[in-house]
Amino acid sequence: MRSRKTRRGMAVAAALVSAGLVLAGCGGSDDGGSGEASGKSPGEGKAECEQLTQFGDLTGKDVTVYTSIVAPEDKPHIDSWKVFEDCTGADVKYEGSKEFETQLQVRVQSGNPPDIAYVPQPGLLQTLVGTGKVVEAPDTVSANVDKWFGEDWRSYGSVDGKLYAAPLGANVKSFVWYSPKMFSENGWEIPTTWDDMLALSDTIAATGIKPWCAGIESGEATGWPATDWLEDVLLRSVGPDVYDQWVAHEIPFNDPAVVESLDNVGAILKNDKYVNGGIGDVSSIATTAFQDGGLPILDGKCALHRQASFYAANWPEGTDVSENGDVFAFYLPAMGDEFGNPVLGGGEFVAAFSDAIEVQAFQTYLSSDQWANEKAKATPNGGWVSANKGLDIANLASPVDKLSGEILQDPDAVFRFDGSDMMPGEVGAGSFWKEMTNWITGESTQDALDKIESSWP
Amino acid sequence: MSTGEKFIQMVIAIAVFFAVVAVILLLTQRLRSRRGELVQSAAFVLPALALIGVGLLYPAVTTIYQSFLDRSGDAAVGFDNYKTIFTDSDQLIVLRNTAAWVILVPILSTVIGLVYAVLVDRSRFEKVAKALIFLPMAISLVGASIIWRFVYDYHDKSQTQIGIANAVIKGLGFDTYKFILNDPWNTIFLIIVMIWVQAGFAMVILSASIKAIPDDIVEAARLDGVGGFRMFRYITVPSIRPSLIVVLTTISITTLKAFDIVRTMTGGNFDTSVLAYQFYREYFVSANQGLATAIATLIFVLVMPIVIYNVRQMRKLEAR
Amino acid sequence: MSTAIPEQKGVEAVVAQEPVTATAKRALSSPWASLAAIIIAVLWTIPTFGLLVTSFRPESAITTSGWWTALWNGGWTLDNYDQVLNGSDTNLGTYFVNSMVITIPSVLIPISIAVMAAYAFAWMKFPGRDFLFVAIFALQIVPIQVTMIPLLKLYVNQGFAGSDAPGGGFYTIWLSHSIFALPLAIYLLHNFMSQIPGELIESARVDGAAHVQIFTRIMLPLMAPAIAAFGIFQFLWVWNDLLVALVFGGGSLEISPLTVRLAELSGTRGNDWFLLSAGAFVSLVIPLIVFLSLQRYFVRGLLAGSVKG
Repeated sequence: MRSRKTRRGMAVAAALVSAGLVLAGCGGSDDGGSGEASGKSPGEGKAECEQLTQFGDLTGKDVTVYTSIVAPEDKPHIDSWKVFEDCTGADVKYEGSKEFETQLQVRVQSGNPPDIAYVPQPGLLQTLVGTGKVVEAPDTVSANVDKWFGEDWRSYGSVDGKLYAAPLGANVKSFVWYSPKMFSENGWEIPTTWDDMLALSDTIAATGIKPWCAGIESGEATGWPATDWLEDVLLRSVGPDVYDQWVAHEIPFNDPAVVESLDNVGAILKNDKYVNGGIGDVSSIATTAFQDGGLPILDGKCALHRQASFYAANWPEGTDVSENGDVFAFYLPAMGDEFGNPVLGGGEFVAAFSDAIEVQAFQTYLSSDQWANEKAKATPNGGWVSANKGLDIANLASPVDKLSGEILQDPDAVFRFDGSDMMPGEVGAGSFWKEMTNWITGESTQDALDKIESSWP
Repeated sequence: MSTGEKFIQMVIAIAVFFAVVAVILLLTQRLRSRRGELVQSAAFVLPALALIGVGLLYPAVTTIYQSFLDRSGDAAVGFDNYKTIFTDSDQLIVLRNTAAWVILVPILSTVIGLVYAVLVDRSRFEKVAKALIFLPMAISLVGASIIWRFVYDYHDKSQTQIGIANAVIKGLGFDTYKFILNDPWNTIFLIIVMIWVQAGFAMVILSASIKAIPDDIVEAARLDGVGGFRMFRYITVPSIRPSLIVVLTTISITTLKAFDIVRTMTGGNFDTSVLAYQFYREYFVSANQGLATAIATLIFVLVMPIVIYNVRQMRKLEAR
Repeated sequence: MSTAIPEQKGVEAVVAQEPVTATAKRALSSPWASLAAIIIAVLWTIPTFGLLVTSFRPESAITTSGWWTALWNGGWTLDNYDQVLNGSDTNLGTYFVNSMVITIPSVLIPISIAVMAAYAFAWMKFPGRDFLFVAIFALQIVPIQVTMIPLLKLYVNQGFAGSDAPGGGFYTIWLSHSIFALPLAIYLLHNFMSQIPGELIESARVDGAAHVQIFTRIMLPLMAPAIAAFGIFQFLWVWNDLLVALVFGGGSLEISPLTVRLAELSGTRGNDWFLLSAGAFVSLVIPLIVFLSLQRYFVRGLLAGSVKG
């Protein structure tokens, strides 16, 4: 009796197991893309598919994309791939996560990488290439990068002279946010030189308003807005060549020129007369979220806030962000004529972990002028710009994006990439952030820079 | 996959699991010989051992091994990583903070949870009252970090306050306080967040334990004229002593591992870092596997006293 | 809340039956004790209440005035909840379903395995018992972060992970949650288990009951409060988990739990963080229901009765 019951139990269990496996198998799989094009492309004969027909028929093929961009900013990206999907028949699967930087490393190291990742820092790209899992960019991508991007942008996506990742989006960091209304009411002028800016700060301070507001709190990345400040000022005072040497650690991190630059930053950020408008004293900068750092401008409690173009998204809904509106941005002025108009900025890059034909096709599409314009059109609310020279500024939606786009395409502008993004992780995402935070809360300039120098691997 | 398919998957998985468990129990239940006892024990213990061996023991051993390798795990470096931990100037502060966390969080969470569990036990509002203390545990970490960012928000006294702590201080006429910034008290304010979360855990476990105290014991004590605080001190606490040790132990271990609060609230700045956060930081931000795993190994070592204490308690219990 | 009313009556009925057991409470029910309870409850609730109020306020009001001024300052809005519920391409219901499908097996499976193991460690005799128990207990300290890469590697090698994983990736999530829950579950349940009077087991053994019968007929009913208590927490941890789902879920949105959606609410650069206040309450509903409904298992006298009998 007992044994019969047991056997029946086991039979039921066996049936359930096999049912589970059958269902489990329904996940569907397709793998093993070859590097060879085959079949007739679904986009054959269509004008917009010109660059993509060479990859043949990719119907049924998947490209997985992993990025740090989450909803709602992911939608313009997904929309911008429609042309690619229509032309090739391939399907692009998107995943965005705010834990992108740690998760990407976990996935790569455990052998489960996505096909494509949008890498936001050249430093991280170097680390990834170091794992040996990143695939070199195919010739079609390389040709596109040569055609549509400057030599400097190509170098940010390259490791040891080999192009791995084509540039994608970009942002401009050398901006000062202000309130056009407030300026016109008080008769203040947008400063065009560094000294004008300091003079304006004094004028504003005399009215009883603290002119500058800032916030560098950003969870584990606390301190990064202050690193941008230092880079911007260094770029303006010593020029792009010395800046490049500093980023590459050919001159020490605590070089006297850097000390002087940081003191110049301190003349604003650590000046009790200038900061921290609407929030508190100097040290309150360290605990104010960077997202909230500029908001006192809206209440008239602060007049100036240096932050990148993407800060446009931080103004509360309903704020008029335009030249004559509630808030807008002006270019952080140069410190002299010697080095032209230096621009600090950042951007992300397209790294591939597979050389399948559909992945190559997608990389090619993303590095084209066609995609840049599609993306601009798919971003009706603004908040995106690229250094792609084929991007038509008219397609950009918001005034700040247009301004950024013009700066990025300006042949006279001297563009430099955010140095902390290119330094080794221990510095660029470690001691640099940490010591700038300590510097705000009271550490001396020399001590802060000495400590960062000693942490360089 | 549709919703229906997902649930079918789930039901099948659960059914298969319980079917296997049932089969094991049925197969082994008749065995009464000495060997049979062994087989029975194996049937009860092996599933857990297998999972833990693969999922925890193997990674733990790898971790200890890696702690003697360099940052990318290629070359052996002996005890260099450990030397780094103990020679870094900031590290003493990290150890100080870790000590503060691991002493204050378990004790205060447990005391508050215990007192509260006793106070609301069998009261008219017990369910709601317990739910209130339980809520912080149920709020996801993102929610908790937002909440406390609000509580500790700092604005100069002359400005409008949006943080309740400083609003109260300002209302009392004092100068507003930088909770997150002022070392060393900022560590205490981060610890409060952890206590806020963990007290609910202590309360639920201890409450279940209080309810398991046999009525006759309480009744006998009452007939002997024991009441008030003495009842709590001489009947309640001794009766739930094993559970108290469990709660203290569990919260200590959780606290040693916890890095999220430090990560979201200060990013380890302002001298608030703890070992677990240093580990996370080295592992994922600096990609220094050698140093990170050495810190993790140090955390393993720090748990040893807790393990030993528990073993001795268990021995006592068995000897009884 | 309406479901709680009949149960409330049930508790009162129990109170009426056993007035003696009110002693412990009466012992501490001086005015000071009540005051202490109220103070703790208020202190614990204020932050949460502040978040609740915040979740109904417009963004501009949140950043310029305290939530306690909400009655006369800045007005009220349901926009935050609207954004949380409808602001994504994927229906929020899908995430709820995923969270349920992930959580239920991830609670039932480890608890079942742990109850069996805890019973064996407490009441069965086999070589190496104490050593194994201490080892399992000590392994609680292993942070999930160090297990991620080795375990994921294993899954990938076995073909369990990735976008074409069997079951869409649910199996690896269930398995991982079960593994991570086991040490604490075994430790906690073993503790409760070993508090059960030995005479009970002995007398059953003398009566000829086998371990399996003692386990299923005596132990499981007695352990109900402990299982319920641990069940609540395991449910919470899994429900609120982001890391395991991200790492072991194979990266497919199709099986992502609610926490994945919550984490992205604040936007790429964290500028919409105020939406998290609404998101936190949306995700709170289910754990709270579970807590309130499992409370009925915390009933006094289960143990006492069985010893007497």
